[in-house]
Amino acid sequence: MSFGSFQPKNRFIKWFDGQLPILSLMHGTVVSYPTPRNLNYWWNFGSLAGIFLTVQIITGVILAMHYTPESTMAFDSVEHIMRDVNYGWLLRYMHANGASMFFLVVYIHIFRGLYFGSYKAPREVLWWLGLVILLLMMASGFMGYVLPWGQMSFWAAKVITNLFSAIPIVGESVVRWLWGDFSVGNATLNRFFSLHYLLPFLIVGVVILHIWALHIPGSNNPLGIDAKGPQDKIPFHPYYTAKDLFGLSVISVVFAFFIFYAPNSLGHPDNYIPANPLATPPHIVPEWYYLPFYAILRAIPDKLFGVIAMFSSILLLFALPWLDTSKVRSARFRPIYKQFFWLLVIDAVVLGYVGANPPEGAFILIGRLATTYYFLHFLVIVPIVGWLEKPKPLPESIASAVLGDKAEG
Amino acid sequence: MTHKNPCIALLIAVALVAVGMVPALAEEAHPEKQDWSHQGPTGTFDRGALQRGFQVYREVCSACHDLKYITFRNLGDLGYSKAEIAALAAEYEVADGPNDDGDMFTRPGIPSDHIPSPFANDNAARASNGGALPPDLSLIVKAREGGEDYIYALLTGYRDAPDDFTLGEGLNYNPYFTNSQIAMPQPLFEEAVEFADGTGASVEQMAHDVTTFLAWAAEPTLEARKRLGFKVMIYLLILVGLMYAVNRRVWKKLKQ
Amino acid sequence: MQAEKRELLMATDHDTNSGEGGKTRRDFLYVATGAFGAVGAAAFAWPLIDQMNPSADVLALSSIKVDLSAIEVGRTIKVVWRKQPVFIRHRTAADIRDARADDSAEMPDPEPDAERVERPEWLIMVGVCTHLGCIPLGDRGDYGGWFCPCHGSHYDKSGRIRKGPAPKNLVVPKYVFVDDNTVRIG
Repeated sequence: MSFGSFQPKNRFIKWFDGQLPILSLMHGTVVSYPTPRNLNYWWNFGSLAGIFLTVQIITGVILAMHYTPESTMAFDSVEHIMRDVNYGWLLRYMHANGASMFFLVVYIHIFRGLYFGSYKAPREVLWWLGLVILLLMMASGFMGYVLPWGQMSFWAAKVITNLFSAIPIVGESVVRWLWGDFSVGNATLNRFFSLHYLLPFLIVGVVILHIWALHIPGSNNPLGIDAKGPQDKIPFHPYYTAKDLFGLSVISVVFAFFIFYAPNSLGHPDNYIPANPLATPPHIVPEWYYLPFYAILRAIPDKLFGVIAMFSSILLLFALPWLDTSKVRSARFRPIYKQFFWLLVIDAVVLGYVGANPPEGAFILIGRLATTYYFLHFLVIVPIVGWLEKPKPLPESIASAVLGDKAEG
Repeated sequence: MTHKNPCIALLIAVALVAVGMVPALAEEAHPEKQDWSHQGPTGTFDRGALQRGFQVYREVCSACHDLKYITFRNLGDLGYSKAEIAALAAEYEVADGPNDDGDMFTRPGIPSDHIPSPFANDNAARASNGGALPPDLSLIVKAREGGEDYIYALLTGYRDAPDDFTLGEGLNYNPYFTNSQIAMPQPLFEEAVEFADGTGASVEQMAHDVTTFLAWAAEPTLEARKRLGFKVMIYLLILVGLMYAVNRRVWKKLKQ
Repeated sequence: MQAEKRELLMATDHDTNSGEGGKTRRDFLYVATGAFGAVGAAAFAWPLIDQMNPSADVLALSSIKVDLSAIEVGRTIKVVWRKQPVFIRHRTAADIRDARADDSAEMPDPEPDAERVERPEWLIMVGVCTHLGCIPLGDRGDYGGWFCPCHGSHYDKSGRIRKGPAPKNLVVPKYVFVDDNTVRIG
């Protein structure tokens, strides 16, 4: 079903679209696209993610006009941007805090998916594409953080690239190949700059596939039930364009707060010290959005298995549509799964807190417990809960759930 | 949501208690919070403090510490006129060259020059300071946990080491620094500087003023940032209101 | 089913205002919000554009002071201003006389010598050929001034183009004599 096709009145547009139907494609995607009428605000975060990707690309391309990717000049060029380039400080803070906003929005978007079963059939490939986007984001963010060539930039690069030495037999060669040198240095910085510029455009490509894959089955909704008839859906425009713009204005307040009033609060002071290969900072920590994975990495005493655990924590999510055995999508109707979902959220926060602290004292035990619980959740709890749980009765249709009460008066 | 479930509440409580049991990791003293005129959403730099702080930097700190990201023209922010800045710059000898004979030479500074370093390079700096490198101060306030409060605490924190404390060779006791020992000897002493505006030069006053100056040096655009931030926040809050109204109006059509 | 669909489409269609003035009220809100948003978008776009303008450190070097006391009569020095070469010639009396003698001669870009100098003995010009940007060579060419080797433009003792493809005289930058021995260019 559709809410009307693209009918341009302008003859030029009609002629153009007849040869390259990009305008009717856009119309079908964001104007007439039939969307469940009951989407709540947790559904805003997909479009917000797209917005922040755009913000990062625009501010990033502009920063690249002023940045110098050479190890003796990089730090100075960033200070040049902060002090001399017109509005340079604004662009730099937008880009640095925009990365945090991008991850925040994407993590909420993912947890939305976990709660409402958006990863389940027929949206498995959509889920996979999302995970690919997450992996590309993490690679891109990691390389971007290296570019200012501060102490944290250098040492994070050293620590994370050194992980690859855990690969048996070829590990050392791989690391030297990544570095382009016998240590993290100028060669590494230059290639990270090149790749950091490239990856976001790969992300754009996968985002297009992600939206395409979404539009085949259509969007999920908070009830997790399929649309049954035309009364269950409404056109994307004006309802969700208005709602998305509202959500955008709200998140802009959060973004602006960070940029203008707490621009360095999410960063680490050590990155305002120029990189010194001969002085290791007392505590090497990544940016907040990597902390849970950092905790998982450090929870395993063995180097190779720590790396495997860290990557597995995301890779196992590819199997989630099959690990979750429940036929019911939305946690609204899954009273047992809902509790474990919130435990997972707490677990993720605990992992983040552990990652922020040095691996000493009680943090070691808590980190290991939280890591175990994370894997337990996906590999044991989710499959078992799916089998054993008795879900609540599902409503008849979206429309009846939304309008039903009103019909009764 | 979660507040209805006692299991979740219990788990949060356990987590918090477990975390609370973690021993304090930093043995150093924690800097007390000070008042800074440039803090807060509408904060601005105290021009008097900036000028006095610059004087402290010139007369005390610049013997060992760089300020390489500050150019003389930046000092216009402190309230100096163009003529004053040109005169100030000319007091310094700046390295330049090579000339047509291939030699490096020095010449009087001009406003576009960066403040010259006291040392030719890092090795020279170390050689003059017992192997320790005095860090550049351009970003020190942003490069240290605790920011201004930490710098102030450090500068005013010198005292005699406790009896049971073993002080390393050539180091000085300061409870705010890592391991409570720092290579820099106490830099500020009472009346070390005679302020042009007549303010008494107590250690606290000099520390406060030089820290304010260094906070400016770390981020000269701070005031512009907060000014623009105010306008942006007002704009966005109005926009949120408008978008809320638009959204409600659009969705009213579905009330059926 | 078709009737239901049509009804739904109509219900979700634009319009169906409640009461008179409903349409104007709705329009006003949308127009006002749209305008407000457009203003914000323009304000947001400005820093993205302005950042490409010369930065503060570049602007700081946009004027230089040159000490003229060491330049003997008859000598030309070259200084760098805004990354370009600038010729400063301490002209002899003969130079000035020859330059002014040609004031009414036929040339591609007629300009009296007096309009090209603040003080006749100091000729200050940007040393970039107005044809395609090469640096002309001094004390060369058919007019005793400069000659550009790239495409054969000849400039006279006032830096005016006399022969060759260059369309305009060598550019005289804005400058002011701070005192008798110092000039500020830019």
